[in-house]
Order: sequence, then structure tokens, then C-alpha cells
Amino acid sequence: MSKQEIGSFLAKQGILIAFAVFMIGFTLANSRFLDPDNVMGVIRSSAILGVMALGVTFVVISGNLDLSVGSMMSFSTIVVLDLHDKIGPALAIPAMFAMTLCLGAFIGFLVGYLKLNSLIVTLGMLSAIHGLTLTYSGGQNMDIADKEGTWFSVFGQGDALGIPVPILIFLGLAAFLGIMLSKTPFGRKVYAVGGNGTAATFSGIRRARVVFMCYLMSSFCVATAGLIQASRSLGSQNTVGQGLELEVLAAIILGGASLLGGSGTIFKTVIGVLILGFIQNGLLLVGLQFYVQYVVTWVIIILAVWLDIAAKRGRLWSPIA
Amino acid sequence: MTDQQPALRLEGIVKTFPGVRALDNVSFAVMPGEVHALMGENGAGKSTSMKVLGGIYQPDEGTIYVGEKPTVMHSPLDAKAKGIVFIHQELSLAEELSVAENIYLGELPKKRFGLVDWDTLYARTDKILEKLKVSFNAKTRVGDLSIANQQMVEIARALTVDAKAVFFDEPTASLTDAEKVVLFEVIADLQKQGVGIVYISHRMEEIFKITDRISVLRDGQYRGTLNTRETNEEEVTQLMIGRKLDLSRSALTHEVGDVALEVRGLSCGDLYRDVDFEVRRGEVLGFYGLVGAGRTEIAETLFGLRDPSAGKILMDGQEVRIHSPADAIARGISLVPEDRKGQGLVLGMNCRDNMTLPQVDDLKAGPFVAEGAEVSIFDQYRDKLDIRTPGWKQTVGNLSGGNQQKIVIGKWLSMHPSVLIVDEPTRGIDVGSKSEIHNLLRELASQGYAVIVISSEMPEVLHVADRIVAMFNGRVMRTFTSEEVTEDNLIQAISGLSGDGQAA
Repeated sequence: MSKQEIGSFLAKQGILIAFAVFMIGFTLANSRFLDPDNVMGVIRSSAILGVMALGVTFVVISGNLDLSVGSMMSFSTIVVLDLHDKIGPALAIPAMFAMTLCLGAFIGFLVGYLKLNSLIVTLGMLSAIHGLTLTYSGGQNMDIADKEGTWFSVFGQGDALGIPVPILIFLGLAAFLGIMLSKTPFGRKVYAVGGNGTAATFSGIRRARVVFMCYLMSSFCVATAGLIQASRSLGSQNTVGQGLELEVLAAIILGGASLLGGSGTIFKTVIGVLILGFIQNGLLLVGLQFYVQYVVTWVIIILAVWLDIAAKRGRLWSPIA
Repeated sequence: MTDQQPALRLEGIVKTFPGVRALDNVSFAVMPGEVHALMGENGAGKSTSMKVLGGIYQPDEGTIYVGEKPTVMHSPLDAKAKGIVFIHQELSLAEELSVAENIYLGELPKKRFGLVDWDTLYARTDKILEKLKVSFNAKTRVGDLSIANQQMVEIARALTVDAKAVFFDEPTASLTDAEKVVLFEVIADLQKQGVGIVYISHRMEEIFKITDRISVLRDGQYRGTLNTRETNEEEVTQLMIGRKLDLSRSALTHEVGDVALEVRGLSCGDLYRDVDFEVRRGEVLGFYGLVGAGRTEIAETLFGLRDPSAGKILMDGQEVRIHSPADAIARGISLVPEDRKGQGLVLGMNCRDNMTLPQVDDLKAGPFVAEGAEVSIFDQYRDKLDIRTPGWKQTVGNLSGGNQQKIVIGKWLSMHPSVLIVDEPTRGIDVGSKSEIHNLLRELASQGYAVIVISSEMPEVLHVADRIVAMFNGRVMRTFTSEEVTEDNLIQAISGLSGDGQAA
């Protein structure tokens, strides 16, 4: 292998190599790291983030961003907890899904049909939905009155075949959406719109509709994540999803999707979610403060973006872009 | 000229990339005051040669001489400092800045405290602009200039150094005929000042009009240098592609069928007015005119990208309304757009997915895309159009321009359209692939397609079209049959000098 080829290999596989180094380091530092209970715990606690990342993957591949998912998840959680006691869980869940999908449709309309910049729209919605949630809850924490006697806890706390339900939902949804993205005409159109929206239009693809559907998909996943969150804790603050939008993006970028659109897969996103989960868990196990992970998450995002660009140009640094 | 020292000389340059020998012992020399054409098909090594000279790549073997001195180009800035200047096909200007700032970007004259010395800057710039006889001044915002004038800014930038050799890479690609004349004058001026000019273009007429010598590359190898005055297109082409090329007029050899598409009184604001024409199955209808004459806009209207302000479109005698590309496709109208990379292809997608993109909703097995059916469509058109690619999984962005264009054409043929519109079918495509695409268009007509070809190249419309619509300033000036048309009357028509429509 020439020097150039080694460079390009390092750049391409950089994230996996870095991940392997982290894993080995954590295992040496704390033998509990690879313990099956710990591993299962990591996957389980990654499930909420993971479910959200699945939806945002569609948005990112279509060439847009979604920064509203964190506060939208708070909204879903608060709404479903509130309605649980008012109309019962069987009605609360579909009502919450409908309301969250409306938010997604609204964003999809603004970005898809009105062609507004997705960064601005979803950044605005991050704040607007947060305000909506606080207005809805009056700023109070939301709790279910009878925490012992509701079947609603099954989504966050239940087990099936010995596997926690959140993991089953995450992996099941990942499989379903993965197939949708890679095998259906809709999935193909998402890649085309993100890869070159003009060429997609020139091929007769209704671009606005595709973008709209991606945001609908994203809000569906957020509603699912909110359901798991609500069911796990049966009570919640208004800010439960705060900051998750960045972790979601970090996971997607770690998986190797380009923020410019047109590339990425559901499988890669799942890998990205797990890498992020294991690194955050490892940092806790080696005794670092929880707050350090905010810093580390950002270091990881920047590293991932750098390696992504480096892989494209075949070397780590270049005078021309 | 023989005992003079070359301005710039390459000797035995070799540059390899993993798996490719991009330059294989390339040597040529540019004399001061000569215009030297560098020709070759896409992938022949022209761009790599430029990158080696410009300090972007370092050669594996061989030497670059500036004057008589062996020289190493360390970086693009270094190359510029040594007097080797490039005018690129794609302009690299900051639109929001003034002409002067663009020209002296990175080396703005400064006063105390690091403030820009605007007076000196504008004075120096105006001095250079004077030489170029341009209509704008140092303070003009670059974004307000036409493409041709932006190119002048690039040239002005080249003149700030003591240039020994200036490379022009496809400089006329987006220029009108009038703008070309100005460019050629500038080149002649540079020539008089003793600068060596390297002129890279696919356009033979220009090569024969302005160059002194022609060096040809093929597959990374130097194939020889010809004196322009002692050679002809045929010889150059043969050197470039290694075989002979048929450029003669094609005669209509098959029956023309009924009218597939008819346009009556079509107008679209200021872009074009009262356009009438019809195209029959089995014929190629050419649209010729200057850039901005309204040709592309008509195509965009037919394809549902622009709504007309008046007039009607009839297909098989029935009036149709087309509001989106999806409508147009459903009616059997296909458009191979003028900007292949921007409009025609998703460059990061593979060949197969690009080709089947418009019909991905129709190729279904249950809820899924029928990938087997896609592969067989791809294989069918790869064979039919002779697309050279290792396989359908190849990313389209890695193909040559000619093969990319064939993917776009294949994409629409596989939809079995009744009208195929092709806008600038061979823009940026090398000579060999060019004639293949011309033959293909002729053949499609003979198979009963109604084909509309829009082109800015006269030899192209004369070669492929059975009838030619000449446009000027948004109006149809005249429709020629292939018996009537000559180069002269066609030029007159598109300059607004004759014809039944009168220029506004």
C-alpha cells in the first residue's frame, strides 16, 4: 500500500478505528464495560435517541436538517402523559401521534412546498414548539396519577422474550424504515432529491412532496420516541428532549451520512447511535462527570465531519477544498 | 520562431495515480507570442497537464522549463508568481466584491495599520482594464457583470503578474458570438506582447481561427504537434481519436410521419413571443440561435418547468396543458437538459438508478422497486447506446461526459417518449463521443421518434437537423428546410437581419 492509499484508508475507516480504540481503552479501564448487562443497558438507553435518529436520517438524506426533534419529543411526552389521565392511554397515544404529525406536516410544508431554508425553519420550530409545550403544561411537570396500575408503562419498561421493549421498537422500526429507504420507490426518490434536487425535478419527481414526507416520517419517529420516554418515566419535565437534536445529528454524521444530502443509510445511523451510546457510557464508567459528554459529543461531531471530508478528498488536509 | 527560446516547456512528464497512468511522457513547448492549442478527448490528460503546471500535482518524472530554467511548481500561487496563469472554464470570482478587489484578492495594496489603499487599488485596476478595452470599471460589483465580462476579470487578474504563459480552458463555452470576438482580440493583444498562449477547446472552428500550432494528447500520451496552417480538422481529429470521423450532412433516408407536437402562438412574458412550429415523428427539428434567444425557455415550457403566458400546445392534434415535468412525462415529452451535471444527473447515484429515476414508481414488485427489471433496462440501453461503464453500480459522476450524456439519453428513451427534446446535446463532450451522439439522434428519428435538438453550434444543427427553426430575441425568424439552409442565411436569420418576424 502506498502512503496515499494508507491515508485514504485511515480517512475512510477513521470513525470505526477511533471507535475500536475507544472500546479497547474503556475495556482496559473498567472491566464492567463489556459486561452483557452494561451492553444491554447502553442499547436500551440509546433506544430513544435511536428512534429519533431513524426519522431524521430521512430528512438528512433528502438534503435538509431537522433541529426541532428535541423539543418536539418533549411536546409528545408531555401531551401523552397529560392525556393519559384525561382520556385514557388507548386514546391518548393516537391523539399524541396525530398532534405530533401535525407539527411535522407544518415543517414539511414550510421546507418542502414553500422552500424555506430547513435550518432556519427547524431552529425556529425548536423554540416555538418548546413554547407550545410550556403553554400546554403551564410550565408544570406532568405526572401520571396512578403509576402502578397502568399498562402504559409497557413501552418503556416492558420486556418481551427477555429483550426490553424499547430495544424491540428501535430495532423493529429500524428494520422497517431501512427497507423502506433502500428498497421502495419512495426511498429512491429521497436519495435523488438529496443528491441533486434539480435533477430530481427534471426527472418528474415531485420534490416538495418527498421533502414533506421526510418531515412527516421524522415527526412519526419523534412521537414514537416520546411514547417510550413517557412510558419509561411515567412523569416528565417540559425539557426532557432538550439537546437531543444535536445528539441525533451527531449519531447520523458518525454513521457517515453527509449533511449535504444524498448519502447515508438506516444501518449506518444505527451504528452511529450505538457508537455514541458506548462512548458516552464509557466516559461515565471511567469516572468522568456526566456533563463532560456534552463536550465530547461535539468533539466527536467535528471529528466525524473532518474525517468525512478527508475521505472524499483522499487526504486529511488540502489547500483546495 | 525556431531559434527562439520557448516560454514554457514540458519534457517527459509522467504522472500516475493508483491504477492510471494519467500522463505518460508528455512533452510540448509554447513559444512566446504563439497561440498553441492543446487538444484531446476528455480523459486524454489535458486537465492533469494543467494541474501539474499549476503546482496542484507534482510530476513523478520529467521537468518543467520556464524560459530555459528547470522549474518546480510548489503551489498554485508559486506557479502564478513564476508567470504561469490559468483562466479556468469555471470562474472563481467573489460575486459580492468589486472588480478591483477580485483582481488583487490576496495582494491588496495596503496603507498604514493594514487598511486597504483604495486609491492605489482602483488606479492600478483601471490601468489594466484599459488594456482590455472593457465597458466596466474597477468599482463594478462582479456579480453584476455578464459571464463574458467576468471572464475578462479573470484575464485582468492574469495580467497583474508578468505572465509568461496563459492557459485558456474552454473559454468560449458560455460566450455569445459577439463576446467571443472581444475575447479573441484580447488573446491577440497578449500574443503581441510576447505571451505564450495555450488554448484548450473542443471547438474546431475556433482552433483553426486563432491558433498557430496544435498539440494533441491521447490516453495521457503526447501524439504530436501540427502547424495549424498546414493541417485540417480531419487530421487533428484522427490524431485525437485514432480513427476517421464522418462530419458530412446527413440526408433524410426514411419516411416522416404525422405531427407529434404542435405549438401555436406560444409566448412566455419577455422570454419569447408568438412561437409557432410543429415536429413530426421521424424528423429532427433543430433550434438554432444565440444564447438568450429563447430556445431553452421554450423547451422548459414544453417540459412543464415554465407556464406559458399565451398560446397553446397540441399533441396528436389535442390541446394539452402541462404544469409540471411529471405532466410532461405522462404526455410523452422528455427533456435532455442543457446542464447535464446540474439538471440531468444525480452524480452521486449509480448508473442504473439514474437511468430508471423517472419511472421508479412504475417499476414495482409489490411495494418494492423491481431491481431486476431496472438492471435489464440498464443493460438494454447500455448495449443500445454503447455506454462504456464497468457496470450499473458505477457512480455516474465517475463517467466521462459522453457516457454521462448517454445515460441521460437512455433515461428518457427507456420511457418511450413521443417527443424527445435534447438541449445542447454535446456541450463539453469530446469529438469522438460527439459524433456518436449525432448518429444516435439521427437513428432515433429514423426509428420514428420526434426529436427536437437545441444547439448553439451551427455545424451541429446543420449536421443533425432535417429542419431548422432560427430564433432571434425571443422570436422565430424563419424555419428552414435542409434544402434551403446555408450557413449564410442561417446566420442572418439568427442575427435578426432577415426573415418574416421583425426584431423589436
